[in-house]
Amino acid sequence: MKNDRRARIKEEADRLANSFVLAGALPVETDSLLPADVLLDLYGEDIRARAFVTHDPMLGEQMLRPDFTVPIVQRHMAEGAEPARYTYNGSVWRKQMGGRSTEFTQVGYELFDRTDPAAADAEVFSLFAGMLAPYGLKVSTGDMSVLLAAVDGLQTTDRRRAALRRHVWRPERFVKLLERFGGLSAVPEARAALLAEVAAVGAEGVVAVASAQQGLRSEAEVLARIAVLQEDAQADAISREEVAMVEAVLALKGTSSDVLAKLRDMAVNFAPLQASADAMEDRLMALAARRVNVDDLPFAVSFGRTNMEYYDGFVFGFTAENRPDLPVVASGGRYDALTRVLGQGRSIAAVGGVIRPEVLVAVQEGVV
Amino acid sequence: MLKLGIPSKGRLQDKTIEWFAQRGVTVQRTGSEREYSGVVEGMNGVELVLLSAGEIPKELAAGRIHLGVTGTDLVREKMGDWQAIVDEVEPLGFGRADLVLAVPDAWVDVTTVDDLDAVAAQFRADHGFRLRIATKYHTLVRQFLSAQGVADYQLIDSQGATEGTVKNLTAEAVADITSTGDTLRANGLRILSDGLMLESEATVYASKTADWNDVAEAGFAALAEKTGWVR
Repeated sequence: MKNDRRARIKEEADRLANSFVLAGALPVETDSLLPADVLLDLYGEDIRARAFVTHDPMLGEQMLRPDFTVPIVQRHMAEGAEPARYTYNGSVWRKQMGGRSTEFTQVGYELFDRTDPAAADAEVFSLFAGMLAPYGLKVSTGDMSVLLAAVDGLQTTDRRRAALRRHVWRPERFVKLLERFGGLSAVPEARAALLAEVAAVGAEGVVAVASAQQGLRSEAEVLARIAVLQEDAQADAISREEVAMVEAVLALKGTSSDVLAKLRDMAVNFAPLQASADAMEDRLMALAARRVNVDDLPFAVSFGRTNMEYYDGFVFGFTAENRPDLPVVASGGRYDALTRVLGQGRSIAAVGGVIRPEVLVAVQEGVV
Repeated sequence: MLKLGIPSKGRLQDKTIEWFAQRGVTVQRTGSEREYSGVVEGMNGVELVLLSAGEIPKELAAGRIHLGVTGTDLVREKMGDWQAIVDEVEPLGFGRADLVLAVPDAWVDVTTVDDLDAVAAQFRADHGFRLRIATKYHTLVRQFLSAQGVADYQLIDSQGATEGTVKNLTAEAVADITSTGDTLRANGLRILSDGLMLESEATVYASKTADWNDVAEAGFAALAEKTGWVR
């Protein structure tokens, strides 16, 4: 039985990969063992909770491929010419809670093309929507760039905008920061005490009577941060209206065309959202040109926020609504931010997605 | 037989034996001082297994012992989904220690986890690598920092003398178990005001994977009569 099932999954994976090839993608293979440092720098320590780590005496820490995105982007950056379309079909490994399979297949499609982002988003989404149409899946879409644009448009210091941007994918910390910068939560006691002391005897005076400096972080770094805290204490709070506007952006959801209308309304009072509304309109037109019904397409700004870090534009997901026990069948989106980090300054416009054949087969069978 | 695992040496063992004695259960080591075996007097259905406290979570998970006395910290650190593997039978009120996050006392600008997160971002920009936190509690520390939304840090493995890592330039901060904080202070480190990650104490756990046959259940019932345990 197990063999039958594996054969069925393989057959499904090959069929999906073939559809991607017919759509113009070049099939590529990547290593299964990836250098851990690249993934750790990108995803942070959290990746250790998801990926299997192993060790090589010469190469150091290696990770079993948790996804294809990183090796594909690296390969493209090293040798690819644009525009490029790639497809892959192979195993990924992830630590799972609750007995889910730790090895599973991903079949994916990645498009690198900077000429027309709206057309690229629409190409990838409509390809997935078309291939998954027979299975009656629930579709979700979103776009974090709307929130990022709202943050960039706030009337506040560069540092505060940067702090908010950095935590855009970590909702709890983001809200804490927004409340503090908005003057809605009190300055922490210890910080108020420090600033009072600095005001009385100067930052150097405070550092002089503190414990002796030890470790790599120098006294100069401590003094620099005190200066930052002083500057921050003097900055005006982000206005109530702007805090409310960010919260309203986060809460935006509905059908795509409804959300666009709401976004246009909001842009009247908050100009930085104008460009987001224009970009969304371009995308909806590109989607409509590919026969996607945008009056019916669900959209929520914060969809995928917590589990799709670095997806900084249009994102989508397909799930089986009557099978809450199953993970997402397919997901994807735009991840220009990731290529910027990987490319250390260079960046490429990238949008793509993956289908999980195991989950699709389970949907077809109606049982796991 | 019901297999009861207790720590094989030290204060934790003494306290465990004392705890049982107070409830009329005589747990005794047998043979020489160096031999790792023991009995529970007057309970034929209970077999005593002496194990290193660090091994007890593993033995519980494998179902090789039914009950085990070990620290909350070890169970939560070593078992992924610990609630699926063991039941907490009773906290014993001793072996208390806190898992805390500490930074150099000289960092007058850092008193909270929030500060540490901000410093981590700046540290990465200044030094080109993520701020290092030395610990042996990788799972617990990562879970705590992830829940708090802290980024731009890395965990450095330290199996001992963790408080010295900052001085030795192998870490910028530490996450370690402490009962009084004395060793941290002596090494010029200070606990963050909201840096308490776990309050640990010696606890009796019951394995969900062990074979709870009639004999084991009878052994448990005999112990429960004295201790009032329920499972």
